[in-house]
Amino acid sequence: MDSVLERINKNQFWKFPGGINPPEQKFLTNDKPIKNLRLPEELILPLKQHIGNTGELLIKVGDKVLKGQALTRSENPMSVPIHAPTSGTISAIKNSVIAHPSGMAELCIFLIPDGEERWVKRNIVENFYSLSKKQIVEKISDSGIAGMGGAGFPTSIKVNTSPGLNFLIINAAECEPYITADDLLIREHSSAIINGIDILDHLLEPKAILIGIEDNKPEAIAALQAASKKNDKIKVCVLPTKYPTGGEKQLIQSLTGQEVPSGVIPRSLGIVVQNVATIFAISEAIINDIPLLRRVVTVTGQALSKPQNVWALLGTPIEHLVEQCGFNQTEKQRVIMGGPLMGFSLPNLQVPVVKTTNCILAPTNAEISPAMKELECIRCGQCADVCPSSLLPQELQWQAKAKEYDELEKLNLFDCIECGACAYVCPSQIPLVQYYRVAKAEIRHNRVQDFKAERAKLRFEARKVRLEKEKVAREEKHQKALAARRAAAKTSEGQANNSAIAAALARVKAKKAQTGDTAMPDATDNADVKSRAAQAIERAKAKKLAQQSSANEVNIADDSKSKAAAAIARAKAKKLAKDKVANADKDSSDPIKASANTKASAETSTAETKLSASDEKKAKIKAAAAKAKAKKLAKEQTQQTDTDNTVPVKASANTEADTETSAAETSVSASDQKKAKIKAAAAKAKAKKLAKEQAQQTDTDNTVPVKASANTEADTETSAAETSVSASDEKKAKIKAAAAKAKAKKLAEEQAQQTDTDNTVPVKASADAGAGAGAGAGAETSTAEIKLSASDEKKAKIKAAASKAKAKKLAKEQAQQADKDNSAPVKASADADADAETSTAETKLSASDEKKAKIAKAIAKAKANKSSAKSTSTSISDDDKKKKISAAISKAKAKKSSPSINQEESE
Amino acid sequence: MTFWIASSPHNHIKAATPSLMRLVILAAIPGVFAQWYFFGWGTIIQIALAILFAVLAEITFLAARDKNIKSQITDFSAVLTGLLIGISVPSLAPWWITAIGSIFAICVVKQLYGGLGFNLFNPAMAAYVLLLISFPLEMTSWQPVSSLLVEDISLFNHFWLILTGYTWEGFSVEQIRMSVDGITMATPLDTLKTDLTLGLTVNESFANPVFGEFIGLGWEWVNIGFLLGGILLIAKKAIDWVIPVSFLGALLVFSFIAYTISPDSSASTMFHWLSGGTMLGAFFILTDPVSAATTKKGRVLYAVLAALLVYLIRKFGGYPDAIAFAVLLCNMAVPLIDQYCRPRTYGHKGVN
Repeated sequence: MDSVLERINKNQFWKFPGGINPPEQKFLTNDKPIKNLRLPEELILPLKQHIGNTGELLIKVGDKVLKGQALTRSENPMSVPIHAPTSGTISAIKNSVIAHPSGMAELCIFLIPDGEERWVKRNIVENFYSLSKKQIVEKISDSGIAGMGGAGFPTSIKVNTSPGLNFLIINAAECEPYITADDLLIREHSSAIINGIDILDHLLEPKAILIGIEDNKPEAIAALQAASKKNDKIKVCVLPTKYPTGGEKQLIQSLTGQEVPSGVIPRSLGIVVQNVATIFAISEAIINDIPLLRRVVTVTGQALSKPQNVWALLGTPIEHLVEQCGFNQTEKQRVIMGGPLMGFSLPNLQVPVVKTTNCILAPTNAEISPAMKELECIRCGQCADVCPSSLLPQELQWQAKAKEYDELEKLNLFDCIECGACAYVCPSQIPLVQYYRVAKAEIRHNRVQDFKAERAKLRFEARKVRLEKEKVAREEKHQKALAARRAAAKTSEGQANNSAIAAALARVKAKKAQTGDTAMPDATDNADVKSRAAQAIERAKAKKLAQQSSANEVNIADDSKSKAAAAIARAKAKKLAKDKVANADKDSSDPIKASANTKASAETSTAETKLSASDEKKAKIKAAAAKAKAKKLAKEQTQQTDTDNTVPVKASANTEADTETSAAETSVSASDQKKAKIKAAAAKAKAKKLAKEQAQQTDTDNTVPVKASANTEADTETSAAETSVSASDEKKAKIKAAAAKAKAKKLAEEQAQQTDTDNTVPVKASADAGAGAGAGAGAETSTAEIKLSASDEKKAKIKAAASKAKAKKLAKEQAQQADKDNSAPVKASADADADAETSTAETKLSASDEKKAKIAKAIAKAKANKSSAKSTSTSISDDDKKKKISAAISKAKAKKSSPSINQEESE
Repeated sequence: MTFWIASSPHNHIKAATPSLMRLVILAAIPGVFAQWYFFGWGTIIQIALAILFAVLAEITFLAARDKNIKSQITDFSAVLTGLLIGISVPSLAPWWITAIGSIFAICVVKQLYGGLGFNLFNPAMAAYVLLLISFPLEMTSWQPVSSLLVEDISLFNHFWLILTGYTWEGFSVEQIRMSVDGITMATPLDTLKTDLTLGLTVNESFANPVFGEFIGLGWEWVNIGFLLGGILLIAKKAIDWVIPVSFLGALLVFSFIAYTISPDSSASTMFHWLSGGTMLGAFFILTDPVSAATTKKGRVLYAVLAALLVYLIRKFGGYPDAIAFAVLLCNMAVPLIDQYCRPRTYGHKGVN
């Protein structure tokens, strides 16, 4: 910093690389004062005169405006207002060609001056130090001041910075060969410029203020030196004439030796650069309250007879300027806004003067020859020699022609300031800058495209995710809705179609409850409508057949026939029922009636539902046959029972009804499960037969036990039936299960039958055991469910069922053969057994594919049972299957051993 | 009222490629004059032949490539190439030597690479190397300076000699090259090389009349002529001073080092500067913008490398002069040199 000032004090400056010395043409205009032009007939004020955004219109067509009145307003700091340069009327607000290289049209305010020059009220500030910094910045912004040297960056942003700069640099270099606007402005208004510098000094508090000016403006230098004597901070730095000294970066390098890093603003180095014309505008705005209304424009070129600097109101059409300077249009005439190196040619003369317009150049062809034909690059490298940014223009040119945009960015294309020095020196007349502009535009465009593509990609992916989510949500919703619909349908249909069945079941339950039994089938499990309907059919048929006492005579293929037959059968059944009732002992009329009622209700539903499952004939027929047998037996039994046995008989009848209901359920629900059901039915039938026989043969004193066992049976069968319903493809498993249960029951019954009449307590115990078995059956229900979920687990389950069955058998046998005194232990073991089996089933439920685990559990339970029975026998093989078997065996053994009785049972 | 739309910058330096080429051609005049003075009309005839064939070849090829013949011929690049070939070949070489050289330079080295601006190698030097390798006898048959010749050869006889290989009187090139005492004369570089291999010292070798009083009779003046032309080019900013100065400076340094180490077997620095094609190479060949390095640092490296190669080949190589070989080798290295000598862009301190 100090060394920099030291050097500056010695008038030693730095050099920037490259640069050119094009022929000076300032003499055309620098010897004449700035001319005040008469008012133009119309002013065209583009809303956008600088980098940034346009403001919001404050006026409308037809409004009368005063000089200095703001025409636009904006809260956006990147936007500054425009003002009416003179008083007049707004004649139009429309698109018009603006000062832009492309000659594009933008929204402009057209103002017709009234010539009265009536000002808005102004507030002249004698002493700007009385204003706060914020007020000054606001004033600068409100006055519409934007950088007047180049791109037109809003000045208020540049000066709205924390104070404590290193350097405030005033750019008075004016390096373009023709332009003298700043030169003349300094010469004529040096004191105002120094005032402007003082304002910025007050605002920014820089350590030093450097005025950079080229040595080709001796009068301006003298004027500045004279005016700046009061302020020690101001140093007028006279730089050698070299284009482009006036470039911001080049000026900073020349004055301070510092390079502004690429992509960084000078403020980061503690430097702010302001153009001298901007300084003048600030001074005018703060002190005289004159917004930016006019500027000095150099109107020059040899196509003009009187080239001169003029005060041009913003919005003045170029035509007005050149006409007043004696414009003689030549062939291939170009009119350039700006200097010959960085200016752009105008499409017509209606383009207005804007805040950044410093020169209008109308050269003759001899003066500035139109572009020659481009020749091949001969790699002379002169362009690289003159490049102030130390780029390699010839390489950039090749890459630009080849559209190698990546390579261009590597060559730092975006550090090109488009000064035009390379194209100026190119011996092959290659319009290098034009190539760079096109390439830059292309790269920017590509970046935008890439950005858009990236965003589109993100959007697409987000959308995909969203759609996926929506799909999932929709499916969930659908499923929920479906489930709800199903549930609703079930409820309603269940209510509608199955009221009869439900009623029958309810009745059965009620009766059962009367008999004091607690094991009851769950009525709510009857989910499937069809199954219920079919159940009813089954029941009806079964009864019919039962009443007829002849089983297999129905061989009907046709639906209608079958219905007819069914009807006939029902009729017969009723008849028989009546007969039966008639034949029955008068004392037992109540139970018989009950059974008749059951049948009747069952038949009602049969009629309704036969239709729905017409192709299930054979299965049903067989089932019916089986049931018929069962009932026949039951009836015979009922008939033959002693009249004293009223209660037991009743119970058994009830049981039967219940049982058959479930059996029907079994066969109906899964139409292809014929065999399974048939067998199941057969098994049940057998079971019932036995039960009846037992009931029949029981001693009349044995009322309670018989009752209990019967109930147990009913319960068991219900569950068994349910089991087969729920898993239709699990035929074998179910069959076996059913068979196993049947066996179990048979044994139970036998046991019950053979018990001593005095053995009330043991028998009860066995009944309990039976109940336990019922529980086991319940467990089996769940087992079946498991099968549903994992159908390949059949064997395992089958074995489990088999083993359970065996276990029960053993339990029963054991119970049967138990010593009368040992009744309590027996009970305990039976209970334990039942419990164990229940949990086994549960285990299977929870993890159906985990055979081994279950096996192990079973083993464990087996062991537990064993130990509870204080038994020690173990034989557990490692093999999976064997394990289960052995588990069962061990359980059996455990039970066997627990009563300390030696038994020989065949397994 | 519409105007001519143009892209900035609007004004332009008056220099253009054709005028640049013309300037280079004009700058060669002092050297050519010296060559004519010492070696007779043969030089002028060779230059004329070379330019003729070069331009014909250029026209033919441009026509074949369907290019604008007029604009590309008037850039004078083919004329310059022809000029350089004409200067390079021995003044009494047969006409077809020059013709082959010119056609090869234009058609193969320049146009097959894409024309002006795209040729990797300097066309004149590539052609010279082709000729030197293909026709070593003809290409090394430099006659002694006219004052050493037994017989004076007229312009007509030069013409006849170049066309037929014999003078009108029936003397062959070999016979003309004989000195009074019947010894074939060679260039100073050639003579020195031969003498050094024969075990003579530099001083002993310099007793040979080809060296004249100073460095090489005739050759020193030819080189001085090209030096003058080169200075004119630098003054006119037609060429960058960096390459010739670096080249001559480096050659000076290398020859000086060798001379201080072994004065008896090494020629003086001035001998290297003023014999063979040193000055022609420094100002007219190495500075060919198309095939030279374009970056500032690269140019220095390029010129120094050329000087090193010239010296090494002159001292240790099989050929007496080495400008053409050195230039071609450096041309090859240019893309690499430029790649690694890119200047640091403004504002990229510490980045590249």
